[in-house]
Amino acid sequence: MSWFEKIKNGLARTAAPLVEGIGAMLTKRRLDKDTLTGLEDVLIMADVGAKTAAELVGELGREKFGKDVTDGEVRAFFADKIAERLEPYARPLVLDETKKPFVILMVGVNGAGKTTTIGKMAKSFRDKGLKVRLAAADTFRAAAVEQLKVWGERAGCPVVSRETGADAAGLVFDAITESQKAGDDVLFVDTAGRLQNKTELMDELKKIIRIVKKKIPDAPHACLQVLDATVGQNAHSQVRLFSEAADVTGLVVTKLDGSAKGGVLLALADEFKKPVVLIGVGEKIEDLQAFDAKDYALSLMGISDRGDK
Amino acid sequence: MFDTLTEKLGAVFDRLSGRGTLSESDVDTAMREIRIALLEADVALPVVRDFIEKVRGRAVGQAVVKSVSPAQMVVKIVHDALVETLGGEEGEGLDLAAQPPVPVLMVGLQGSGKTTTSAKLALTLKKQKKRVLMASLDVYRPAAQEQLALLGKQIGVDVLPIIVGEKPAAIANRAMAEARRGGYDVVILDTAGRLSVDLDMMAEAAEIRNIVNPKETLLVVDALTGQDAVGVAREFNEKIGVTGIVLTRIDGDSRGGAALSMKAVTGRPIKFLGAGEKIEALEPFHPDRLAGRILGMGDVVSLVETAAEKMDKDEAERVAKRMMEGRFDLNDMLSQLHQMQQMGDLKSMLGLLPGMGRFKKQIDEANIDPKVFKRQEAIILSMTPVERRNPDIIKASRKKRIACGCGLSVQDVNRLLKQYEQVADMMKKVKKAGKRGLFGGLPAGFGGGFGGMPIFPF
Repeated sequence: MSWFEKIKNGLARTAAPLVEGIGAMLTKRRLDKDTLTGLEDVLIMADVGAKTAAELVGELGREKFGKDVTDGEVRAFFADKIAERLEPYARPLVLDETKKPFVILMVGVNGAGKTTTIGKMAKSFRDKGLKVRLAAADTFRAAAVEQLKVWGERAGCPVVSRETGADAAGLVFDAITESQKAGDDVLFVDTAGRLQNKTELMDELKKIIRIVKKKIPDAPHACLQVLDATVGQNAHSQVRLFSEAADVTGLVVTKLDGSAKGGVLLALADEFKKPVVLIGVGEKIEDLQAFDAKDYALSLMGISDRGDK
Repeated sequence: MFDTLTEKLGAVFDRLSGRGTLSESDVDTAMREIRIALLEADVALPVVRDFIEKVRGRAVGQAVVKSVSPAQMVVKIVHDALVETLGGEEGEGLDLAAQPPVPVLMVGLQGSGKTTTSAKLALTLKKQKKRVLMASLDVYRPAAQEQLALLGKQIGVDVLPIIVGEKPAAIANRAMAEARRGGYDVVILDTAGRLSVDLDMMAEAAEIRNIVNPKETLLVVDALTGQDAVGVAREFNEKIGVTGIVLTRIDGDSRGGAALSMKAVTGRPIKFLGAGEKIEALEPFHPDRLAGRILGMGDVVSLVETAAEKMDKDEAERVAKRMMEGRFDLNDMLSQLHQMQQMGDLKSMLGLLPGMGRFKKQIDEANIDPKVFKRQEAIILSMTPVERRNPDIIKASRKKRIACGCGLSVQDVNRLLKQYEQVADMMKKVKKAGKRGLFGGLPAGFGGGFGGMPIFPF
C-alpha cells in the first residue's frame, strides 16, 4: 500500500460526513446563496471554525457564483484552497545531528496522546539506528511512568523515571545528564498533561524548560504540542497558551482516524503559523506519519486521485 | 473568550431605533450572532440549527420591557432555552436501584478521562457509604490497568486483581463474580478508549454490555470536544446504549458547547462534571451555569466558588470589616494582594466575570501582568510595620530605602502609594455612604459580580 493510500484510508472515515454534506448541498446545479450558506455549514461541522469557513466559501463564491458546479468540482476547489493554506506549514521534524542529544519536549492537555506519540516516534528513530532515551517527566498521573516504560521496552530504549509525585524538573536534569553521558542522539521529555489555563501547571512547565536550558542552552531543540483531532475551538486557546509558556515549534495531531476531522488545523495554521510535523491516523506505530498538506486536503475532501502520482 | 454575546447583540440592536416589540428582522439579525456564538462555543451545527428555530419562535413579537435592552432580552430567552435543553432539573445522580452488585459501565474515546472519572465516581459512591469494586477492562493502553489499581489504592476502593493476558469480556465476568462473592454494592467497569468508527472495538463494548447488563452506562466526554461530539454521542448511544454523560476537563477554558450537542442528540442527562486530575468527588451538573458559559456570559457562581475555595475566609472578613469602618492600611492591601495571587491567573479569572468583554481592550492595553502583584507585594514587604500602618509618614528618604529594599524604583513606590490612597479614599466614602454605597464608587462593571470579595482597582 502506498503512503498516500494509507493516509487516505486512515482519513477516509474522517472525510465521509464532509463529502456527503457537500453532496447534499449541491442538489441544484447553479451555485447560489443558499448553497454557499449550506457549504459553509458543512465546513463548520468539520471544526474549521466560522471565520475560516466563511473565507473558503467566499473564495468559492467569487469564482463560481451563478455558474453550474458539480459536487466533485466543489470538493476539488476546497481541497486546492485548503492545501494552499496548509502547504507552508507542512514541515517535518528535522533532527539536527550536531545536537547530542537532540532534546524533544512533548506538551499538551491531558489525554491528547503525548506518551503514545513519544512511544511511536522513539520506535521509528530506533529503527533508523538512533540512540534514544525517554524521560518520564509526567510524575503526576498514576501509572504514567509505567505507560512510558512499556513504550521504552517496545522501542528498546532506556527510560529515566522516578516515583510518582517526584519533582519533574529534577528528573529532567538527571535525564539530560545521563543522556549526555551516554552520547544519545535523541532525548524525549514526556511532560504531564495540563490544561492551558492552569497558571501553576504552566509555570511548572516553564520551570522544566529553564532546567533544560541550564544543561543545554539551546535546548529543547524541538517542542511539540500534541492536539487531539476531536478538539474544537478550544484548540486556539491551547496553542496560544502553550506557545506562550513553552515556545512550541511544531504540532502533532492525533486520532485523525476517528470521526473527528481536525478541521481546526486550518484555522490554527492561519493564526499561529506553526508547522504541523506529524499526524496520527491509526493505532500502529507506522500510522504516525509526516503531514502532507495536499494529501490531507484531498483525503479530507474524499478525493482519491492525487493527480500528480 | 471575552466577547460576550450580550455585547455583540447590543451592537446589533443599537442600530435599531424602534422599540416596542422585537420584529422578525430584528430577531433574524440577532439569531445570526447567536448562531456564531454557539458555533464558537463548539455546539454542533445541527443542534445549533434546531435550537435557533426554537428560540426564534419565542423571540419574535416579544414585547420589549423598558428596563432591559432588546439585547438583554434576547439573551435571556436564549439562556432560558439553553437551560431547558441542557436539562432543567439539576443534580440527577446515578440510578442504582437494582439487585446489588449494580454494574456501571464507563465508555468513551481515548483520552477522554475514563479512568480518572471511574476513580472519582468510586470515591463519590464511597462517600455515600457504598461498597465499590472497580475493574479495568483496558488491556490495550500500556499500564491502564495499573493506573486504575493505583488510583483505587489512593482512595481506598477495591480493584479487581489484574490477570495478565485476560480478555476484557473475561475480566467483566470475573468482576461480577467477585462482586457477588464479596458483597459489593456497585461495580465500576472502566473500559478501553475506543473510536466510535472502530467497529470491532464498538462490538467489544456491546459484548461487555451484554455480559454485565449495566444499570448505568456513562459516556465520558472531554469538554474540549468540538463538532464531533454529536457523532460520538450518537454512535455510542446507538451501538452501546448510554444512560448518562460525564463531562470532563470542565476546569479548562473551553466553552463546553459539546454538552449541549450530546444532550440534544442522545436525550440522556449530563450526570456529572469532572474537574482536575486530583481524585476528588465528581461535581453535580448545573444547567444554568453551563448555559452562561456557553454564551460566554461568564460563570459568576464558579468564580465565587473558586474565590471561596482559595481565599482565607477569616482574613477576607477581617479586611472587609476594616474596610466597612473606613480603615484601610497597607497591611490590608498586602493581604488583598496576597489573595489576588492565590486566585490564580488574572485574565482567566476576569473571563469568568460577566460583562468583562468591554474591558478587554483596556486589559490588553494595560497589559496586566500577574507579576505586578508580586512587585507591589515586594514594595509593601520592604516597609517597616510602622510605615505599613501609617503610610503618611513615608517621605523621600523612606521611599528611597523602600525602593532599594525591593529592587524597584522610587516611581514604583510612588505608584503603589498613589493606588493605596485611591483605595483608602474610596473606603472613606464607603464609610460615609454606609453599606449600600459600597459598589457605587467603583468603576462600572466591577459592581455586583464581586459580591463579598475584596475589591482591588487596577
